[in-house]
Amino acid sequence: MNVKEVLDSEELTFAEKILTMKQVEPKSIKRAGEIAVVSVDFAAGQDGTTPLAIKVFEEMGGERVWDPSKILFVIDHTYPSSSVEISNLHKLMRTFARKQGIRVVEGDIIHQVILEEYAVPGMLIVGADSHTTTHGAVGAFATGIGSTELAAVMLEGKIWLKVPSTIRVCLEGSLSKGVYAKDIALSVIGEIGADGANYKAIEWTGEALSRLSIESRATLCNMSMEAGAKDAVVEYDAVTEKYLRELGRSPMAIVRSGRKAEVEDELHVECSKLEPMVAIPSRVDNVRPVREVDGTPIDQAFIGSCTNGRLEDLIEAARILRGRKVKEGVRLIVTPASRRVYMDALKLGILETLLEAGAVVTNPTCGACVGTHLGVLGEGEVAVSSTNRNFVGRMGHPSSKVYLASPATVAASAVRGAITDPREFL
Amino acid sequence: MNVIRGRAWKFGDNIDTDVIIPFKYKARTIDPRELAQHVMEGLDPDFPNKVRPGDVIVAGRNFGCGSSREQAPLAIKAAGISAVVAESFARIFFRNAINIGLPVLEVKGILEKTDSGDVLEIDLREGTVKNLSKGLTFRAAPMPDMLMEILKEGGLVNYIKKRRARSQ
Repeated sequence: MNVKEVLDSEELTFAEKILTMKQVEPKSIKRAGEIAVVSVDFAAGQDGTTPLAIKVFEEMGGERVWDPSKILFVIDHTYPSSSVEISNLHKLMRTFARKQGIRVVEGDIIHQVILEEYAVPGMLIVGADSHTTTHGAVGAFATGIGSTELAAVMLEGKIWLKVPSTIRVCLEGSLSKGVYAKDIALSVIGEIGADGANYKAIEWTGEALSRLSIESRATLCNMSMEAGAKDAVVEYDAVTEKYLRELGRSPMAIVRSGRKAEVEDELHVECSKLEPMVAIPSRVDNVRPVREVDGTPIDQAFIGSCTNGRLEDLIEAARILRGRKVKEGVRLIVTPASRRVYMDALKLGILETLLEAGAVVTNPTCGACVGTHLGVLGEGEVAVSSTNRNFVGRMGHPSSKVYLASPATVAASAVRGAITDPREFL
Repeated sequence: MNVIRGRAWKFGDNIDTDVIIPFKYKARTIDPRELAQHVMEGLDPDFPNKVRPGDVIVAGRNFGCGSSREQAPLAIKAAGISAVVAESFARIFFRNAINIGLPVLEVKGILEKTDSGDVLEIDLREGTVKNLSKGLTFRAAPMPDMLMEILKEGGLVNYIKKRRARSQ
C-alpha cells in the first residue's frame, strides 16, 4: 500500500484515506464499514471524563502512559471548581498528570485549546468529549470517545474505529447579514435530524466555505456532532493555510476527499436563502426560523462554549450591543472560550462594550452550558444560548428551557428580553 | 452473561445522556453506585427506586445521544439494568456500553411491540430478544466479533488486561 496513491486517490473519502494511512499495520485500504486499528496522534480529556479514565487506566494495570507529549488534560467543565467534590476530582487529574508528565490546561475550553495550539491537517485526534469533531475545521480527523477508551489510548496509543460512510454538505452562495455558521449548522441538523449523521462523517464543502473563517468552520464541525457525526471536516485551503501560518504550525498531511468517492448522501445548502434559526426546546433538531418564535420572553442569554465562544462570536455580539442595554430583569452571561479569546476581546474593547451593555463576563470555562455553575437555570426559566444542546435539564432545572441560536440572535434577544431576529439591530 | 431475563422499562426516541445522568451529578463523583441513584431522573424521578436487578431498558432511536459521558452506561449498569435494547444507539454511547460490559442490542421494531413490564429474554450469543409476555421473538443486528469479545470479557479493562498478559 502506497501512501501517495492513497492521498491522490479520487475514489476514497477523507475518512477512508486518513484511517487507511493511520493504521497500526497499514496493509490494505479501509473502506466505509470496515474496522481499522489506528495510531492516535493526539488524545485529550476534560474534567467530566478524565477522572474516570485515570481510575480505569489504573484498573488496566497501567503504569506509564504511552506518550505524555501527545496527551492533554483540560479542566474546563467546572472551572474554578464550585464544590469540594469537584475540587477533589480536579486534584486527581493534576496529581496523575504531574506523575506522568502530562500537560494540564485549566479554564480554557478543551476544543479551543486544541484548535489554538495543537490541531493540524492530517492529524488523528481522539478526545473524551463528544465535541472533539470541532478539529475537522483545520482538516484533522477528530472524534469523541469515552473514558475507558481514553484510558486504553493513554496506555497503548491506539484505538479501533469503524470507517464511517460520508455525508457531503455543499454550501453554496453567501450568507446574508445577520446569518452565521451556527444558522447553517442548525438548519442542516433540522433537516437530517439528531441521528441523521449517526456513525457517519460529514464533509463540509462548497464555495461558501472560502468566506468562512476557521472559527466559523469550527462551529460547523462542532455542531455536526449534534446530528450524531463521528467526525466532520472542512478541506484544507487558503483559509486553513493562513490560520496555521499565523500560529506557526504546519500540516502533518493534506488529505483531500476524492472527487469520485462514493458518499452516502449529498446535501446542498443555498446560503443566501438562510435566515437566523433556533433549535426549540428540548431537541437540537427541532429547528425553526427565529421569526416563528419571535417575542418569546427569556430570563437568561448565554454567549460562550466550544460552539460559539470565540472572538468572532464576541465581536458579533458587541456589534449588536454597542450603545444598547440588556433588558432589565434579563441576565446576559458571556463566557469566552479561552484566555486568548478573553485577552483579544479585551484589547479590542469588546469586553468594555459588553460590560457597558450590562453583560456579566466570566472567566473562560464551559460555564452555563453544562448546568453546574455560572448561570444555572431555575425552575421554569427560559434561556437563549449560543451553545450546542438544549436537552431537558441541560442548563439547570428539568423544567427550564433552552433555545439554541447564533451569538447575534442571543445578543439581540438579551436587548429585547425576548427571542429576537438579530437583523432588526444590524 | 449469555442469557438475560428481566422486566422491560420502555422509553422513547433520542434519550440523551443529560437525562440518563445529569452533568451536575457526574461532575462530582465517579462512583457508579452514587450515579445509579439518579439514573433517568430527568424523565422519571422515581426510576432509581422502581428498577430491579436484571431489568432491561427498551428504547427507540438514537438512545444515548449527546455527550461522551461514560457515566451514562455506568449509571444504568450500576442501577441493575442488565441490557439496553433499542431501535438504534448514538455511537459514543454504544462504544462506552460495550467498553464497560453493558450489553446493548440494536433491534428494529421492538419499541412498538413492547410494553413496560413485559418479561424479555435476551440471548446474546444468538442475538435474539424474546418477549415472553407476548410470545414474540426479535433478531438483533449482528455485532462485530471484536465487540462481542470485549463484551464477553465484561468490558475493555479485562479484555486489555488479558491481551497484555498473553503478550508478556
